[in-house]
Amino acid sequence: MAVTATLTSTERQIGIAISAGLAVLGLAMAAVAKTGPMALHGGMALVLGLALVFHLGGALYDQPEPSARRQAEYYDAPTRFGIVMTLIWAVTAMGVGVWLAALMYWPEATPPVPATSFGRMRPVHTSGIIFGFGGNALIATSFYVVQRTSRARLADAVSPWFVLIGFNLFCVWAATGYLMGQTQSKEYAEPEWYADLWLVVVWVTYFALYIRTLARRAEPHIYVANWYYMSFILVVAMLHIVNNLALPVTWGAGESYTIWTGVQDAMIQWWYGHNAVAFFLTTGFLGMLYYFLPVRAQRPIWSYRLSILSFWGIVFFYMWAGSHHLHYTALPYWVQTLGMTFSVMLLVPSWASAGNAIATLNGAWHKVRDDAVLRFMFVAAVFYGLSTFEGSFLAIRPVNSLSHYTDWTVGHVHSGTLGWVAMIVFGAIYSLVPKLWGRADMAWPRAVEWHFWLAITGTLIYVVSLWNAGITQGLMWRAYDEGGALSFSFIESVEAMLPYYAARTLGGALFLTGAVLCALNCRATMRAAGDRVDEADRPLVPQPAE
Amino acid sequence: MLKLHYNLEKLSMGLVGAIIVVASVGGIIEIAPLFTIEETVEIPDDMRPHTPLELAGREIYIREGCYACHSQMVRSLADELDRYGPYSLAAESAWDHPMLWGSKRTGPDLARVGGKYSDDWHVAHLIDPRSVIPVSIMPAYPWLTRDLDTGLIEDKLTTLARLGVPYDDAMIENALADARAQSQPDSDGTEGVRDRYGDDIAVRAFDGDPLRLTEMDALVAYLQSLGTLTDAAQEMLTEDVP
Repeated sequence: MAVTATLTSTERQIGIAISAGLAVLGLAMAAVAKTGPMALHGGMALVLGLALVFHLGGALYDQPEPSARRQAEYYDAPTRFGIVMTLIWAVTAMGVGVWLAALMYWPEATPPVPATSFGRMRPVHTSGIIFGFGGNALIATSFYVVQRTSRARLADAVSPWFVLIGFNLFCVWAATGYLMGQTQSKEYAEPEWYADLWLVVVWVTYFALYIRTLARRAEPHIYVANWYYMSFILVVAMLHIVNNLALPVTWGAGESYTIWTGVQDAMIQWWYGHNAVAFFLTTGFLGMLYYFLPVRAQRPIWSYRLSILSFWGIVFFYMWAGSHHLHYTALPYWVQTLGMTFSVMLLVPSWASAGNAIATLNGAWHKVRDDAVLRFMFVAAVFYGLSTFEGSFLAIRPVNSLSHYTDWTVGHVHSGTLGWVAMIVFGAIYSLVPKLWGRADMAWPRAVEWHFWLAITGTLIYVVSLWNAGITQGLMWRAYDEGGALSFSFIESVEAMLPYYAARTLGGALFLTGAVLCALNCRATMRAAGDRVDEADRPLVPQPAE
Repeated sequence: MLKLHYNLEKLSMGLVGAIIVVASVGGIIEIAPLFTIEETVEIPDDMRPHTPLELAGREIYIREGCYACHSQMVRSLADELDRYGPYSLAAESAWDHPMLWGSKRTGPDLARVGGKYSDDWHVAHLIDPRSVIPVSIMPAYPWLTRDLDTGLIEDKLTTLARLGVPYDDAMIENALADARAQSQPDSDGTEGVRDRYGDDIAVRAFDGDPLRLTEMDALVAYLQSLGTLTDAAQEMLTEDVP
């Protein structure tokens, strides 16, 4: 069924009005900027807006009204779109990651074109994974989960599309801007001021939709997965706004200066940076875990009390931890100490979450053995536990003196992103795709098993090689000979990295292969969509007309 | 406690409010004092802002993502002092919007790189890193020899002045002239740029060609300025040693 057929003609008209607004916004941006990335981004918004106007306009009278029965069903079309975008971003951004890993081993391979340079492509990888892959997965699953756990249909049919399409426009603006050399240089917050403002509009709509859907819930209690999704939405908004406050050079320049400076800027940047890990890459995905793992295992969450403890622990402790990125720097010592202390305490709620997830599998271990999808989720919980332990450990000041600035940090990040975030996303995708495309199972069930082993092998090779790399690097930098002189020049430490960089490229390539297999498997499943309907999977009471 | 939470779970805006309050505490306690405690950042008397040419070089440094592999923050650890020089002071980046402390050292720290290598070395290294360091894994930047775009240079100084960087009206008015003069050692404008930014600034044809103002001029001027905006870090280290 065409997506436009799920909208009433009034909704189509509202959609046309919003799309026309986007086109006008794009035209205005292009007109003010005239040249450069901002003009091109304006052009993209203009083309997207016009395309949507024509798409919706063509369907305005041609397609019949959706049946009134839809109010007695969940609205899953946006989730389906979000899953497709998740897979596209996964393959793209992981592909860029593997290419960049290869360049560190083989720098001569860089084409002499500015856009393909390591420094410009690196944020394409990081933003593409965090926002493109992770963000789409979070938004898509949150729409699915909030409806099921509230037993209510999404509050309206237009705003989920605005959120998803607007968010992806932001991601494309970000990635193309980097290639043209447009960046604020704040890690994981590189997009320029106008893209940041656009994201605020998208995010407010997202929050409003979420809270309006919760308000329709037929269950008195808000399920724990929704607490996590809500903390993700709220705190990411706080972080994004504060860290991105900037003064544009001119309105048409697409360039700006952050209002923060020096040591304050460093503290705010890492308050943002670490909590992007916390509230984008952790709480959102814990929301995913708290829904999909118990459902797949057919076991209730092991401990309700533990989930309360870990939720508030994570929300409170994480926000203090960012300053552990700045040990031994010009940041005041007491702030570093607070960051270290809270980072260590953070282990308690983190392991409470991981333990709660693993204990939930008690009585379902035979399913973990037999079902690769549930195994993805189990491994995700294990890597969540491992990564948070490693994180607390690396935040301890003397440990950090060795690990900071080395590839150990990169290995730690990938233990979290490959082992935890990507694994839970794949688990959720394999649960959702058959269900949302009306089938009993994936098109190629055995490929799921292959994907699992490729993913876990890739992750282990990647993480272990960068542990070795980082510790070697750190020890070489601080080694003194008997005469009291430094033993190694910097370039000797670079040379020592090469075998590890080659190994990590291999690990990344295995992981990417698994992701490509997943995308192809999903494509085959979607193309062979069936009409299987789960009669129990619907809102408790039909909702009033929107 | 559990009873309280039992009720809170039924109230979506209650949860929203609680999340915002609980999540705000850490940031407020750690960040707010940094703006009020005077000793956080003491600006030394000899501190100068970047010249327009160095600022343009800084933007190229940002554009090419150099900060992804090079830090500019020498930590207060013995081996870093021996390898790079005096540890970085907060004051040294007090006028940096944004700071470029970095988070990874795929290549070495650059906070004290100014004056460490010749201009020729930097030019050769940026065009082809492996011509000077055979095992280097740094990407080559052959396109930096193109002309520098100075279209927004005055607006940039104006914006930074608004944010508190001490660029005065004369500096803003002469931004373009100063950028050119700093890379043309024999031109008339060199006296002006020295008047405004101090006699210690480097006035040289950084890329070897005084006739063209290139991105290379800007980036090398910036790299050569790193660690030279104030002597406070050097002085602090010599004071420490009795």
